[in-house]
Amino acid sequence: MPDKSKIIYLLVIFCAIAAFPFLYNSMSTPVNAKIQLNTPVIDAMTVKQCIVPKEEMRRDHMKILNRWRDEVVRDSHREFGSIDGVMYEKSLQRTCMHCHSNKSEFCDRCHAYASVDVYCWDCHLAPKENKP
Amino acid sequence: MSIGRRQFLKAAGVTGLLGLVGSPLLKIFAPGELEASSEFREGAALTARRWSLVVDMKGFPTVESYTKCIEACYNAHNIPHMDNEKHEVKWIWPETYEHAFPDNYDVYLSENIESMTFLILCNHCDNPPCVRVCPTKATFKREDGIVAMDYHRCIGCRFCMAACPYGARSFNWRDPRPFIKNLNPLYPTRTKGVVEKCNFCAERLSRGEHPACVEASEGALVFGDLKDKDSNVRNILRTKFAITRKPDRGTLPRVYYIIGGS
Amino acid sequence: MIEKALSGNKFYWAWVCFLLAVIAVGVASYIRQFHYGLGITGMSRDVSWGFYIAQFTFFVGVAASAVMVVMPYYLHNFKRFGRITILGEFLAIPAVVMCMLFIFVDMGQPTRILNVILYYTPNSIMFWDMVALSGYLTINVLVGWTTLSAQQKSVPPPKWVKPLIYLSIPWAFSIHTVTAFLYAGLPARHFWLSAIMAARFLASAFAGGPALLVILCIIIKRITKFDPGEKAVKGLVTIVTYALIVNIFFVGLELFTALYSQVPGHMQTFKYLYFGLGGHGKLIPLMWFSTFLAISAVVLLLVPATRTNQITLLFACASVHISLWFDKGFGFVIGGFVPNPLEKVTEYWPTLNELLVTTGIWSIGLLILTALYKIAISVKVELEA
Repeated sequence: MPDKSKIIYLLVIFCAIAAFPFLYNSMSTPVNAKIQLNTPVIDAMTVKQCIVPKEEMRRDHMKILNRWRDEVVRDSHREFGSIDGVMYEKSLQRTCMHCHSNKSEFCDRCHAYASVDVYCWDCHLAPKENKP
Repeated sequence: MSIGRRQFLKAAGVTGLLGLVGSPLLKIFAPGELEASSEFREGAALTARRWSLVVDMKGFPTVESYTKCIEACYNAHNIPHMDNEKHEVKWIWPETYEHAFPDNYDVYLSENIESMTFLILCNHCDNPPCVRVCPTKATFKREDGIVAMDYHRCIGCRFCMAACPYGARSFNWRDPRPFIKNLNPLYPTRTKGVVEKCNFCAERLSRGEHPACVEASEGALVFGDLKDKDSNVRNILRTKFAITRKPDRGTLPRVYYIIGGS
Repeated sequence: MIEKALSGNKFYWAWVCFLLAVIAVGVASYIRQFHYGLGITGMSRDVSWGFYIAQFTFFVGVAASAVMVVMPYYLHNFKRFGRITILGEFLAIPAVVMCMLFIFVDMGQPTRILNVILYYTPNSIMFWDMVALSGYLTINVLVGWTTLSAQQKSVPPPKWVKPLIYLSIPWAFSIHTVTAFLYAGLPARHFWLSAIMAARFLASAFAGGPALLVILCIIIKRITKFDPGEKAVKGLVTIVTYALIVNIFFVGLELFTALYSQVPGHMQTFKYLYFGLGGHGKLIPLMWFSTFLAISAVVLLLVPATRTNQITLLFACASVHISLWFDKGFGFVIGGFVPNPLEKVTEYWPTLNELLVTTGIWSIGLLILTALYKIAISVKVELEA
């Protein structure tokens, strides 16, 4: 086997490349995934309730947003009936971000943790945050 | 869960529509009134079977008279002022008769027409070529006749720009955000690589407001339902001679121009 | 068979490395474009398609031209082309790949390109173009590869290939027809609104593609042990000659309709391309150069002495290819946008970054062509040895 050394050499390189993501993650500081819910609007609410139950929102918010997107843009259906009977507009900028006006603490933190790169903000504007 | 919500929405839509058909008196909110709250008013939307716009040239005697319409649109929709003319984004803009109606131009036309400035925009055609050519249905025609765009879906192939006989479409050749003068925080911007154009203020109609340019025009722009024979636009078109841009292309443009006379 | 592309002399590897280097520059330029946006090109609000789409249009023609060797051989039993059908099919493959890449680099939102399938829209010609191109690529890969590997093993090709070969003939016509329909159905652009567009596209394709094949055959004869055959080349030259004359005739028809009718919309682009419009005329030299090349090529191809001499023949075929490249790969698409729908003139000229992306795509095409031709020729040479 004249190629034996070559094989071992390449095998080591392969293992190094394959193991790199794990090594990289184990050495970098973990991202804090805890999201911040306190904003002036939410703090002022007597019943702190999102448009759908928290668990559903946590699991399905991307699906809801995708569905809203099509319904608003393509079918002009902008009204959303919420669980407490209040009528909300299906709007990321006007509804979601009205309460959750802290994009960096609310959206970005979890997305960074999950390594999700959303393109919402390429077009949609996030509320101005007063960063320290 | 989602079926229930859909049914609910359908019901909401129908009641909204009925509410409108029943009463011609619509509440027009003052600008800024809605910005204060994010609560949505059910049934406030303005609806029609076929939206159309009449441009009465009598109402545009000065530069100021049309500039304020353009400004209103640009501020409402976060339209950038690109520094490179080749990258311009335009939804509604001024042109001379020669360029707005090139097929009808003649050097011996009245001086009056030569000096006029025409506001031009997407014609929201009844038979829109841009919709026909779009490979993803990113440009589509709504039931109320508005030729709308889904910027989430646009792949930026620019087939629609080649197909539009009115030059009404603009492409985002680069990120437009740095070039937007006054950011409206309640409306999105666009991203680089998508086409955009006038949307007849679909977002304002849904809130019961007239298009931004119409509101700013002080009566020079008339917006209404072409399929309603008693509507404001039909009443004007019945009594005054109006023209459309390039009618020979078979696109059935729905923006009408009234030039002089009464 | 693929191993044959992995062994070669140092000239072969030097050529491959050169192509890879140009591709690397192209990829880097594309990454730059991806981050900045298409504003890095010379395109504008008024001339919203440029070099990329023009090159796409041109290479659809090169791809379709494979039918000019496939059809005589399989349909009319024209034996002389037996040695070069594989060269035609293997030319179509990189040509289609280049078409797809040119479309891809022209997209404003390339990451969303699969929306064309996800939200398929049959009323858009773009949808049919995707169907036509991907189908044609599949057919040519399947047919080329299986017939060649059957030849290598000295067995007849499997039975299912025959229907595919017959299918490839109308399919080749369809890809260029559909490409013409992209333009010819637009109410906005007088220059493109012409019923003869698809026919003209096919004529120019059947001149330009086989002309390239003639050049490739001569090069192959020079640098490899494989001889495509004098007779095959002669057959190709005949096709080039008549297709070129038909193409010039079709251009003449366009000019007559525009200039005799005097309808302004129909005349303006011709004016712009050949004489300039409102003081703008960046394309004038290119268009006249293209005209000059086309006419001199006709003369060289019709005169027996220059047609049979290899040097003048090479010159003639290069003239055909370059002439059509300027005409279809540049003037045709840019011209359609001038003047704009408001009858204003904005000119277009490609930028350096745009040209680097373009040369990168050409190099990808050439690399695929090199590898495929290396395989085909190695197999043929082995069989003849």
